[in-house]
Amino acid sequence: MLVLDRIGKTYPNGVHALGGVSLEVELGEIVAVIGGSGCGKSTLLRAIAGLDPASEGAVFLDGERIGAPHEKIGVIFQEPRLLPWLKVADNVGFGLGDRPKPERAERVAAALKRVGLADKAGMWPRELSGGQAQRVAIARALVPRPEVLLLDEPFSALDAFTRTDLQDHLLDLWADAKPTLMLVTHDVDEAIVLADRIMVMRLRPGRIFDEIAVDLPRPRDRQSAAFDFVKRRVLAALDRSLDRAAIGAEDEQKAEAGAAMWW
Amino acid sequence: MSVVAMTIAAQRSPAQERSAPSRRTRLIRPALGLIVPVTLALAWEIIVRLGWTSGRLAPPPSVIFWTFVDLARTGELQRDTLVTLSRVAAGFAIGAVVATIVGAVTGYSTTLRRLLDPSLQALRAVPSIAWVPLFILWLGIFEASKVTLIAVGVFFPVYLGLMGAIQSVDRKLVEVGRAFRLSDFAMVRRILLPAVLPAYVISLRSGLGLGWMFVVAAELMGASEGLGYLLIDGQQLGKPAEIVAAIVAFAIVGKATDWLIALAAAPFLRWEDVVRHD
Ligand SMILES: Nc1ncnc2c1ncn2[C@@H]1O[C@H](COP(=O)(O)OP(=O)(O)O)[C@@H](O)[C@H]1O
Ligand SMILES: [Mg+2]
Repeated sequence: MLVLDRIGKTYPNGVHALGGVSLEVELGEIVAVIGGSGCGKSTLLRAIAGLDPASEGAVFLDGERIGAPHEKIGVIFQEPRLLPWLKVADNVGFGLGDRPKPERAERVAAALKRVGLADKAGMWPRELSGGQAQRVAIARALVPRPEVLLLDEPFSALDAFTRTDLQDHLLDLWADAKPTLMLVTHDVDEAIVLADRIMVMRLRPGRIFDEIAVDLPRPRDRQSAAFDFVKRRVLAALDRSLDRAAIGAEDEQKAEAGAAMWW
Repeated sequence: MSVVAMTIAAQRSPAQERSAPSRRTRLIRPALGLIVPVTLALAWEIIVRLGWTSGRLAPPPSVIFWTFVDLARTGELQRDTLVTLSRVAAGFAIGAVVATIVGAVTGYSTTLRRLLDPSLQALRAVPSIAWVPLFILWLGIFEASKVTLIAVGVFFPVYLGLMGAIQSVDRKLVEVGRAFRLSDFAMVRRILLPAVLPAYVISLRSGLGLGWMFVVAAELMGASEGLGYLLIDGQQLGKPAEIVAAIVAFAIVGKATDWLIALAAAPFLRWEDVVRHD
């Protein structure tokens, strides 16, 4: 189980990016974090990943405190971030450096086949399309068999066709080993297609504003009325999260500071 | 999936159309560059042959060619080339090694950069030839001062290139290394080194270019052998063809050494040459 215990983050430059986020995520659960830009979504994910530890509170995975990158946690960034000097297969095997060569080759081949890119193993990353590159990045993150996979707007740089294709593909891959997925997105459809739970975040300092359970059977039909119903709820919550009036009294000071910018 | 495949195919075709003519121009372009020098050389040859001018101070291509052949036949050309080459090799090795060490530590550590870089930048502002009298006083007029001057010339481009390359390594890729929990050593070997290599090779090549420039300067200022000596000898004895032959030898050996570096680095830089297909 992944536990976030009142995570807060103040950057060295004084930006109060996160203000006490608490959350418990069961193994195998898919949680989407959604919110306006700058509300601390990436900050939250980077704290969980141990890349940029929280300044307050703590992250626990199976009771173990996470303060640095952990072998049970995989990360997928907005860009594929493939290493341009490694062939596709070596990129996929990047996280298996400590394994014997035959095992590495076998697992890489299996992963590439699983993401439908077996024929691209000997190519350079530059030779891939954006969608293919991101699939390689997904394979790279999944090959060490993480217990938790963190995704920071993984499909936002892709065109709409490729995006829906990769969303379905991600669910398909997830079904293999059912790791915990925590996905940051600003695409409401994406959150509803993928997630069991959607956390709506609010700005300044970032915290969880609302939580919406998505009780739709998978695969989810983006055109169905039930989908639309959930979508309206999420949109309404997002709307309220951006509404200045909804900001609580404890944040009056911050709200004023924000309001000052309008004058 | 099929819709995706279709859009990919649709995006691909215009790119391929564009690449077709560029392949043809790639063959024509070098040939185009040869027209002017070859025409000029031929014209000069004809003018001298027709007796319009003696060509004494500016010998025609055929005379230069035969001077070159004669110098090679006596073994003088090979001996001088070897001497010059060994000076460049020694200076390049020293300059490049020191620059690599200093460039690596200043690129890696901000503290060391703040400590060392201002002094080095100040030294760089001195035209390196200005050091020659000092080097000669310190090291004598023989090999040591020449090699030192060449090493100084090689040092700066390599130092600046490597330091800059390390500083501009994509932080996002370093973060991938961190996410996969690479040790410091593995981070250097698996991320920093390959990321820095292209710029480092370029800096080595420009360092080598300066090394060749400085060997000429060093040999012009006093040498009893070497290609630079051949230049001076040709000047003092009024043999312009010998000067041009030495220049040609400089060009050939200089280009060959540059090509050697490029060749040695090529297997590690193949990924750079790949053109995007989509
Ligand atoms: N490294 C950093 N240093 C200082 N401030 C930062 C840094 N990263 C993000 N911030 C600030 O923290 C806030 C949240 O950023 P981020 O987590 O990237 O938001 P999101 O991913 O939701 O768009 C923003 O106001 C941003 O400007
Ligand atoms: Mg972000």
